[in-house]
Amino acid sequence: MSTAVPVDMSHLAPPLVALVGNPNCGKTALFNLLTGSRQKVANYAGVTVERKEGVLRTRSGRRLAVLDLPGTYSLVPHSPDEQVTCDVLSGRLQGERRPDMIIAVVDATHLPRQLRLVLGLIRMGLPVVVALNMTDLARARGFEVDAAKLSRELGVPVVSTVAVKARGAEALLAELEQGVAKDVALRIPAQAVAAAAGDPREDHRRVREILTALGLDALQAHTFTMRADQLLLNPVLGPVVLVALLFLIFQAVFAWAEAPMGWIEAATGAVGDLVGGLLPEGLLRSLLVDGIVAGLGGVLVFLPQIVILFFFILLLEESGYLPRAAFLLDRLMGGVGLSGRSFIPLLSSFACAIPGIMATRTIQNPRDRWVTIMIAPLMTCSARLPVYALLIGAFIPAREVAGGLELQGLVLFALYIAGIVSAIAIAWLVKHFGARDRTQTLMMELPDYHWPSMRNIAIGLWQRVMIFLRRVGGIILALTVLLWFLATFPAPPEGAAGPAIEYSFAGMLGSFMLPLFEPLGFNWQIAISLVPGMAAREVAVSALGTVYALSATGDDTAEALAPLIAASWGLPTALSLLAWFVFAPQCLSTLATVRRETGGWRAPLLMAGYLFGLAWLASFATFRIASSCCS
Amino acid sequence: MIVSAVSSIADAPEWATRLRELGFIEGEPVAVLRRGQPGGEPLAVRVGVSTFALRKAEAACVRVRPAAEGR
Ligand SMILES: Nc1nc2c(ncn2[C@@H]2O[C@H](COP(=O)(O)OP(=O)(O)OP(=O)(O)O)[C@@H](O)[C@H]2O)c(=O)[nH]1
Ligand SMILES: [Mg+2]
Repeated sequence: MSTAVPVDMSHLAPPLVALVGNPNCGKTALFNLLTGSRQKVANYAGVTVERKEGVLRTRSGRRLAVLDLPGTYSLVPHSPDEQVTCDVLSGRLQGERRPDMIIAVVDATHLPRQLRLVLGLIRMGLPVVVALNMTDLARARGFEVDAAKLSRELGVPVVSTVAVKARGAEALLAELEQGVAKDVALRIPAQAVAAAAGDPREDHRRVREILTALGLDALQAHTFTMRADQLLLNPVLGPVVLVALLFLIFQAVFAWAEAPMGWIEAATGAVGDLVGGLLPEGLLRSLLVDGIVAGLGGVLVFLPQIVILFFFILLLEESGYLPRAAFLLDRLMGGVGLSGRSFIPLLSSFACAIPGIMATRTIQNPRDRWVTIMIAPLMTCSARLPVYALLIGAFIPAREVAGGLELQGLVLFALYIAGIVSAIAIAWLVKHFGARDRTQTLMMELPDYHWPSMRNIAIGLWQRVMIFLRRVGGIILALTVLLWFLATFPAPPEGAAGPAIEYSFAGMLGSFMLPLFEPLGFNWQIAISLVPGMAAREVAVSALGTVYALSATGDDTAEALAPLIAASWGLPTALSLLAWFVFAPQCLSTLATVRRETGGWRAPLLMAGYLFGLAWLASFATFRIASSCCS
Repeated sequence: MIVSAVSSIADAPEWATRLRELGFIEGEPVAVLRRGQPGGEPLAVRVGVSTFALRKAEAACVRVRPAAEGR
C-alpha cells in the first residue's frame, strides 16, 4: 500500500453542488438544463419548496450531484421553504451532507438585491461560482453585464447563462469542470450560515460600488410590466379581467374538449367490441371488457379537458400573472383572516391538493399556513374533474343560456365556486372562533411579465398528460381490476334472480354502506365506487363504469357510462353526488401529505372528519331540496 | 421618493430586516404604483427595479422623503 498514489475517489459519493439564489431567478430552469430533469419552473417566487437532487455528467465523464433549493432573499430564513435552504447550506439537515460548492444564480435584470445575497454566500466560505442568468432578457432591455469585470469585483468566477435555452449553460459546465476539480480537495470549514448573513445596508453599499464599476447604476424598471400593471392591478378593471379570464377557462374546458372526447369515446367503444368479439363468453372477457375497457375508458375520456385546463394554468404561471391575481384577492382573503400569500398554494390545489399543501411552505405565519392547508382540499383538484364532467355530461342538458353562455360550463364553474365559497366560510369561522394571532406578512414579489415560451408550455402539458396516463395505467388500472374481482366473486347461487354483482363482495359492501348513504340519494353502486375513490378520485368514475357494466343484463355492456347512469338515476341523486365531491374527503395521499407537513395526526384527522361531515350534510341538503323541487 | 428609515412593529420585530433584504434600504428610490381596493390595500411598491406587494402596516414601516431634498 502506498500513500503517495492519489486515492481514487470515484467510487465515493460525487461532489455536491447546490444552486442557491433569490426566488424566481431561474435556479430550477438551470437545474433542469444541467441534469436533464423536469422540475416545475414558473414565473413567481416560491415555486420550489423542497430540496431536489439530480446528477450531472460533465463532458470529461465526472459525476456531480446537483441540488436545487428553494429561493431565499437572505441567509436568515423567514419561512419554512427558506429554512430548507439555510439548513442545507449549514449542513444542519438530518442525513444530509453539506454542499461542496455553490452555484449562486443571479437574475441579471434584478442585480442589486441578487448580488447582496451573493456577498453573503461568498462570506460563508464555500467555493462559489456565480451564474449570471437571464442574460437574454438583459440584452433585450438594452444592457449587458460584463461577466469578467463582475468576476474581478466579486473575486469569484462569473459565467453568463440562459437557463431556458438548449446549450444555455455551456460556460457554467466548463467552469464546473475545473472549479470542482480543484476546490473539492480544499473543503474549507465554513462559518455558521447566520454569521455570514451580514447587514443588508453594508452589502448594499458594496453592491452599489460594484454596479457603478460595471456602469449599471442607473437601471430602469421593466417598462412593459409597469404599463401592464396599470391595467391589471387597476382597482376596478383588474378584478374584471381576472373574473373574465377564469370564466373563459371554464367555458373552454367544455367547448374545446367536445370533439376529442368524442374520438376517445368512439375508440374505447371500438376496442371493447373488438375484444368482446374475439374472446369467448367467460371470466377473461368479463375482466377485459367490463373491468378494464369500461373502467379505464371512462377515465381516459377526460384527458382533453385536463389538457385544456392545464394549458391555461401553465400560461398563467409562466406569464407572471399569478402574483397579480394574489394581489387583487388579498383584501378579500384578508376579510377571512388570510393573506394573498395563501393564494398561490390554493390555486395550485386546483391541479392537486398535494403540491398546493407543499406550497404553503412559503407562508411565513404558522397560523395562516395551517388554515391554508386545511382548506386546500376544498379547491377542486383535477382528479375531481372526471367525476364532475361525467355527471354534468349525463344530467345537465348542453344548451345555451343567455348571452352565448353554455349551461354545462356554467354548472362546472358553479361547482368550482362552491368549493371556493366553502373554503372562505371555513377560514372565516376559524378567524372568528379560533385563537387570535399576530400580524400577517404579505411582502410578496410581483415579478416582471415574461412571454410564455411555447416550448415550456408544451413540455409542461406533455408532463401532465404523462402523469395522467401513468395514473390511468397504474393505480387506476390496479383498483379497477381489484374492483372487478370484488364485483365478480363470489358467483351468485344457483337459480338466483337479478344481476350477479348483487351477490358479490362488492354488492355486500355496497349494501352494508347503504344505510349511511341512502339519505343522500345514493344507491349501492355509488356507495361502492366511493371506496376505491379514496386512493384516487378518478377511480370513482372507472368504478362506476365497472359496476354498471357488470350489473347490466343483456348486451348493452359496451355502452358508454353517461347514458347508463342518466337512465338509472334521478336528477336529485346526481346533484347530491356532485355536492358530495365538492367536499369529498376521500384522498389518502392528501391526508398523508398533511401529516408530513404538519408533523402529526391531529391535522389530517381533523381534516378528514370535517370534510366528511360537510360532504354528508351538503349532499343531504342537496338531495332533499332537489327531490322536493322535482316532485 | 427615497427611503429615509426602515423600522419594525412590536408584533413583528423581523420586518425591518426582511424589508431591507427585499431592497427597502435607506437611500433607495421607491414609488407606490397601485393601491388595491377597498381600503387602499395592498400596495404595489416599486423599489429599485423590483416590485413588491405590501400590506399597509408593512408599507408604514418604510419612511420616505422626497427625492429632491438631497442627502
Ligand atoms: N428569458 C429567460 N427566462 C428565464 C431564464 N431562466 C429562467 N427563466 C424564467 O424565469 C422564471 C423563473 O424560473 P425558475 O427556474 O422557476 O426560478 P427559480 O429560481 O427556481 O424560482 P423559485 O423556485 O421560486 O425560487 C420562469 O418563468 C423561467 O421560464 C433565462 O435565462 N431567460
Ligand atoms: Mg425553483
